[in-house]
Amino acid sequence: MSDSKDLLRAPFELAYNYKRSNGPVMSKFFEALGEQKILGTKSSTGKVFSPAAEFDPDTHESLNDMVEVGPGGSVESFSWIEAPQNHHLIKEPFAFALIKLDGADSSMLHMITDCNEADLSIGTRVTAAWSETTTKRITDIKFFTLEK
Amino acid sequence: MSTEDTPKDYSESPINLEYFYTAGSATTRFLNQVKEGNIVGQGCPKCKAVYVPPRGSCPRCGVATDIEVPLTDKGCIESFTVVHIPIPGNPIVPPYVCAMIRLDGANISFLHLIQDVDIENIRIGMRIQAVWKPKEEWTHSLENIKWFAPIDEPDVDVATLRFQES
Repeated sequence: MSDSKDLLRAPFELAYNYKRSNGPVMSKFFEALGEQKILGTKSSTGKVFSPAAEFDPDTHESLNDMVEVGPGGSVESFSWIEAPQNHHLIKEPFAFALIKLDGADSSMLHMITDCNEADLSIGTRVTAAWSETTTKRITDIKFFTLEK
Repeated sequence: MSTEDTPKDYSESPINLEYFYTAGSATTRFLNQVKEGNIVGQGCPKCKAVYVPPRGSCPRCGVATDIEVPLTDKGCIESFTVVHIPIPGNPIVPPYVCAMIRLDGANISFLHLIQDVDIENIRIGMRIQAVWKPKEEWTHSLENIKWFAPIDEPDVDVATLRFQES
């Protein structure tokens, strides 16, 4: 056996430059983000999904009735990141959180920052902060912050 | 719909995975030899199978492959595929050939390129030899071999590529 200090080591990066087809429903969702609006899809049972869902997981119907939700919402659960790493988009301490936007029945995974861990609990009110430039991606919502 | 109000129908979603790779002891031994231009497989003390590149143990017998087996850079094509579709980020221009290379004396094969030959002439059993980069460019990588090219020797009988019980 070689001594472990003699073992070869090297950095290795694996990158996939995917382009994802949005489809008719998600295209509308991303278009709206570019206009600083958050959309959801409404099913015949009145349930609203945001991020937009293409199908209702209960009734299996295809969804295309778009309704606006948010920009405020409440924290359903969260995980605090005290020491962000290189690949995180936010360099200060922040939380990954599931946020149920006002008017929606499902929750959106996003980030909450500009607060302390102690400020967050299940049910905490937050609101979307928008990026300076829009790219019609989910990151057009820069993060969520505590509702003033 | 005019171009202006066509909804963006795709989104870029790149994935970047940054690893720090630590070669185990078997791979370290192998790559230290590759750096010097040598291909050294590892043999199973029980079934005598020779593995290149070695992973440190024999999957048939479950024992460490602690016998070093120097090999030549000659062998044959065990199987191959012609790649016609460009892969983003890959500098090699299609069509090109990837082949499983079985070196003489080895019981397993590894993937590498075949060049310096018309694609329609490539066949299973064809004799080939490594074409190395200039020595000053050698690193701890099988990329020290630019590709494998055919040599003027008779084809190998495919039946001999089967694993021989010893």
